[in-house]
Amino acid sequence: MTVTLLTVVLFLPLAGFLAALFLPRRSPDASRRFALAVSLVTFLASLGLLAWFDRGAGGEQLSTDVPWIASPNIHFAISVNGVSLWLVLLSTLLAPICVLISWRSIRTRAKEFYAFLLLLEFGLIGVFLAQDLFLFYVFWEVSLVPMYFLIGIWGHDRRIYAAVKFFLYTMAGSVLMLAAIVYLYIHAHTFSYAAILNQLSSGELRLGAEEQMLLFLGFFVAFAIKVPLFPLHTWLPDAHVEAPVAGSVMLASVMLKMGAYGILHFCLPLFPSAARQSAGWIATLAIVGIIYGALVAMVQPNMKKLVAYSSVSHLGFVVLGIFSFTQQGLDGAVYQMLNHGISTGALFVFVGLLYERRHSLEIADYGGVATAAPWLSTAFLVTTLASIGLPALNNFVGEFLVLQGAAAAHFKWAVWASLGVILSACYMLWLYQRVFYGVAGDEVRSRVSDLRPREWAAVIPLLIMMVWMGVYSQSFLPPVGKVTAQVLAQSDVNVPYRVETRPRAEVARAR
Amino acid sequence: MPVDIVMTGFTGGDLVRFLPEIVLTAMGTLLMVLDPLLGKRRPAAFGHLSLAALVAGIAGAALAYMHGGLAFGGMLRVDAFATFFRVLVMGVGILTVLPSYSFLKRQQAEAGEFHALLLFSIAGQSMMAAANDLIVIFIGLEISSIASYVLAGYLRDDRRSNEAALKYFLLGSFATAFFLYGVAVVYGCTGTVNLTTVRALLATSGSAGGTLMGAAAALMFVGLGFKVSAAPFQMWAPDVYQGAPTPVSAFLSAGPKAAAFAVFLRIFMTAFAPLGRAWEPLMWMAALASMTIGNFAALRQTNLKRMLAYSSIAHAGYVLVALRARSEAGVAATMFYLAVYAFMNIGAFAVVSHISGRGERRQSIDDLAGLGQTQPFTAAMLGIFLLSLIGVPPAAGFFGKFYIFKAALESHLVWLTVLGLLNSAVAAYYYLRLLVAMYFRDPADGTAAVEPLTPAFRVALILPAVGTLALGLVPSWVLDFASKSAALLK
Repeated sequence: MTVTLLTVVLFLPLAGFLAALFLPRRSPDASRRFALAVSLVTFLASLGLLAWFDRGAGGEQLSTDVPWIASPNIHFAISVNGVSLWLVLLSTLLAPICVLISWRSIRTRAKEFYAFLLLLEFGLIGVFLAQDLFLFYVFWEVSLVPMYFLIGIWGHDRRIYAAVKFFLYTMAGSVLMLAAIVYLYIHAHTFSYAAILNQLSSGELRLGAEEQMLLFLGFFVAFAIKVPLFPLHTWLPDAHVEAPVAGSVMLASVMLKMGAYGILHFCLPLFPSAARQSAGWIATLAIVGIIYGALVAMVQPNMKKLVAYSSVSHLGFVVLGIFSFTQQGLDGAVYQMLNHGISTGALFVFVGLLYERRHSLEIADYGGVATAAPWLSTAFLVTTLASIGLPALNNFVGEFLVLQGAAAAHFKWAVWASLGVILSACYMLWLYQRVFYGVAGDEVRSRVSDLRPREWAAVIPLLIMMVWMGVYSQSFLPPVGKVTAQVLAQSDVNVPYRVETRPRAEVARAR
Repeated sequence: MPVDIVMTGFTGGDLVRFLPEIVLTAMGTLLMVLDPLLGKRRPAAFGHLSLAALVAGIAGAALAYMHGGLAFGGMLRVDAFATFFRVLVMGVGILTVLPSYSFLKRQQAEAGEFHALLLFSIAGQSMMAAANDLIVIFIGLEISSIASYVLAGYLRDDRRSNEAALKYFLLGSFATAFFLYGVAVVYGCTGTVNLTTVRALLATSGSAGGTLMGAAAALMFVGLGFKVSAAPFQMWAPDVYQGAPTPVSAFLSAGPKAAAFAVFLRIFMTAFAPLGRAWEPLMWMAALASMTIGNFAALRQTNLKRMLAYSSIAHAGYVLVALRARSEAGVAATMFYLAVYAFMNIGAFAVVSHISGRGERRQSIDDLAGLGQTQPFTAAMLGIFLLSLIGVPPAAGFFGKFYIFKAALESHLVWLTVLGLLNSAVAAYYYLRLLVAMYFRDPADGTAAVEPLTPAFRVALILPAVGTLALGLVPSWVLDFASKSAALLK
């Protein structure tokens, strides 16, 4: 195998995982330092991708394609495009942050914890890079296992229930995706995603309308569970609340994006007419999710649960943007994926820091934190404002684009969805008010200290990203736009070829 | 119609093609002779000897393969297919012998007879794998079964072990009788017991024997269905697996099952291939019933061995899906899956054997609690086997399932595939319970009492774990050979 930068970025965490298994159990600090080093090196290597990636070119780049299994023909095929590039960077950025914030909170079995964290990073990066459907499925499942252990071993009281629920939900969804993948293979004789797309666009591979819808659902349900789309979201609050901080961060910031990325990258180009047909009800579910998530978040007494439900709401915007089938909507959806990764990741970090100090997730146990820990409060405020979509911070750009796209598709969608924006301001500001303002109780005053240097190191990159992405989206959006434009074109142009509603000759004549 | 094959002595070539069985039987007999001589003084020697015999047997199978062809006037057929299963059952033997050292020592059980019986049983299975004649199949089946009945009751002071043996023996003989009855009907209809000839007769005469041949197929299906513990003939499996000594349960779940599936394939893909349409629905229902009954019953088990027994019923169901596909891909998938299953299931049983301790007292899921902390290595090994049984890539179990359901979809079995895959999601739940116990709970008294691993036992765990991962990362090694032999199975 030729060693390319992309394979290095992918395999560094795996190598780290294997090496971490052999570190001495007695010295947790060695594991911590090792994991920090590996994840930082991976992050630096992934920054190198930025230099190699041609922003003007669009399409899949830096590809590596090596045969893996001869029969059936499975390739280890990875490459990166303008969307997956950012998602990979998001994963590699958050991994060292997760190591930093777990430094003090993970005391038992630290060695395994960091090993699983690195394995998780490997799986997540793999999901975003895989260009072979089979390989994609392998990474999809690989990422499931470490998260299961992270929740189950280092989680809170109801961790076992949450871990098993998480695993079974994902598994149930993904087996149907496997069936759909195999079905595609049998008809296309290849797992190569690019080759299947070629066959579809040339008319070599044609799927009947009903066939296409079933395959679409096979993929979509797996992705919708991961996103999570209402009403398949019920695993998420449990998993988030019970997971350790690093688990919540990775789950919210990166893992949920696997679903959204899957919809964008696979569902739309592969099954365009089924996707367009379903756009109505999927967008409806997304809007229900936006409003429902926000309303439920508002009444949560538990901070983590509040942030978890806010994720349901935010991810609703992503799905809505995708199924608006407009350039702005898709751009906004991708941008919102990244924004949510940064700002919700940061929210979980802060909640984790508060928990580490006060040992409670109940909002009622707080109040007056602003006097006890002013810098922590300021940083949290920035994140809160970012999360509710204040202009000049990142979420504003994404939400604006999504709403614009949704309005162009159906004005009503935008009206309903914008309710979610208002509600998010309500629950987040109210949370901020209850936790940080007011008179500090004894517990808060004695225990809640301000940010320590290591915590600053974890928080600052996220704050910088919030401002940067809000102020100058041009650094990020152009490559995204290239990919989304292509997805739109694929889901548009090829429609007549891909559904056998009319005989081929007739289609040709119509053109 | 006259019997068309007459035995007129045999040649050297015949003997070479029969080499694995000869080696195993000779060593088995030698062990029985040595038993009173070495007896209690050197129990480990028996293990070494039977390992040597199994390795020699595998070498013999390779040699026989190089001189492949028919033997003993067409009674044996040594081809890639036969060799695959011969090596598989002997590999199962090796994987069974390795953990049995410490088991026999712990239970203070006689080592000589145990290994002798094991070798006889494997010899029978190896014969089934190469048989091309219904009578030879029957003889192989009996050799394998009778030895395994005794093995199931090997701990003769243990009531459960006795119960297991008795149950296995009674129900097993009943099932074998069904099979024999089927053979008789075939002979009555066609005048031959040679599979190739039966196939030729069926293919040329269109509906040769008609109903009667259908009945024969059904009778054999019952007999073999019992041996592979497919629903609705699975009732014996939970009791027998639970009661039998753990290494024997491991062996029963992999060895006889693989051999019975080999026969299944031989009979239904060659001799009865012309009757294919008739047995398809039967196979479809048996596959679905096995998966569903196995998985749903396993959900409620707390005894590890019993749970693995139900899980093995479910896995027989997956394999039946591949058989139902009735294609070369299906045959290859069956063979691959059985190889994978041997590794992961024997591995899982080996861990259970280790933790169950003296008198096999610790068999409950609760006894695994906190194993991840007290014995991280053992727990990690069981973790690999369980993830493979669930079907999480890159463990081999995933590829096994993948090939099976791929074959099924190629044969347009969409519903069976969907139901099977959903079944495997259900199955995840009970395997996860073990992972939960090992990793998410704190150590219990029982877990703390588990003795540390001996270096030999470590090998007995590493070997199947390496197999499980290797077949997942480079499945082509085995799969190519399986595909090649599947193409020959005509």
